[in-house]
Amino acid sequence: MAIVADSQYHVLAVDDSLMDRKLIERLLKTSSYQVTTVDSVSKALEFLGLLDGQQHEIDVNLIITDYCMPGMTGYDLLKKIKESSSLKDIPVVIMSSENVPSRINRCLEEGADEFFLKPVRLSDMKKLRPHILKGKSKEQQQQEEQQQQQQQQQPLLNTCSNGTLLNTCSNGNKRKATDEGLSPERRRPRFSTSHSLL
Amino acid sequence: MLVNFPNETLPAFFSRRRNNHQTLPFPLSEGYLDEQFHQLEELQDDVSPNFVEEVVVLFFRDSSRLISNIEQALEKHPQDFHGLRACVQQLKGSSSSIGALKVKNECDLFREYCDEENKEGCLRSFQKVKKEHAILRQKLEAYFQLLRQVGQMERATPSYN
Repeated sequence: MAIVADSQYHVLAVDDSLMDRKLIERLLKTSSYQVTTVDSVSKALEFLGLLDGQQHEIDVNLIITDYCMPGMTGYDLLKKIKESSSLKDIPVVIMSSENVPSRINRCLEEGADEFFLKPVRLSDMKKLRPHILKGKSKEQQQQEEQQQQQQQQQPLLNTCSNGTLLNTCSNGNKRKATDEGLSPERRRPRFSTSHSLL
Repeated sequence: MLVNFPNETLPAFFSRRRNNHQTLPFPLSEGYLDEQFHQLEELQDDVSPNFVEEVVVLFFRDSSRLISNIEQALEKHPQDFHGLRACVQQLKGSSSSIGALKVKNECDLFREYCDEENKEGCLRSFQKVKKEHAILRQKLEAYFQLLRQVGQMERATPSYN
């Protein structure tokens, strides 16, 4: 795998406090990340392309979000990201000024990769890179799988990787596409072994 | 830039800088600010030369608003301790972001009084929070003013660099 400088990695930071946004931006930039900051979960969802159902070319390598925000919380954002097939492999870090174990566990169970207690420090930035690299390798793996399956597809009789016929696969796929409001062009059979296809 | 104000004289400060001795800035040594403030100073550089002061300005903007929210929350009858606690927690969060130690500690006490639904305790704590907040504002204003003066002196006297 090629070694890329951190300056090629893009982090999306979400926090309703201007002061905290300024801080996290400085911390990230000092650690050589490209940064986009937004002040709410809805703006984050808009940026990530989850609100209009269109396919966006968003290159975000990590999302770091405050937990407690008016309107939707960081936890709500985490859930939306994990429910999205296109975004679920992006690592998510939750920040909070309160040390509440049940809150921390809830976030980790929902798929958060890390939990930072505020105030976030420069030393915390070092913890981000491993999650970004893991996310990138998952993304790469998924892309490779998709490419492989596209090559294996035949025009009339399509089979899934475990040998079952296409009609059963596409049912599962339609459900996902509707949930996300994906345009027809994006519907692509997904043959992961976790789907029950029979 | 770390200055031992008000006890340190300017020549001593320059001498210390020449010899590269790092010491705590005055507000840290007097307990008003903690290590987090030092972290902010570490983030300041040529790219962001006024970072600390900018963050401090934002803090006082936020905290003044929160203090006023708390004031309003305390006037509610019957007392909404849950809403009050949320405001206090926000103020605690902001305070810890700049390392405002005394304000933060007082907010922790205030929060406990909210949890106990102790109105008297809340009122007492609030007075203390306001007092510490005002003192901190004074100290930091003096600190940044001094840094500006030192900066000017340094530019005027290159032999000290």
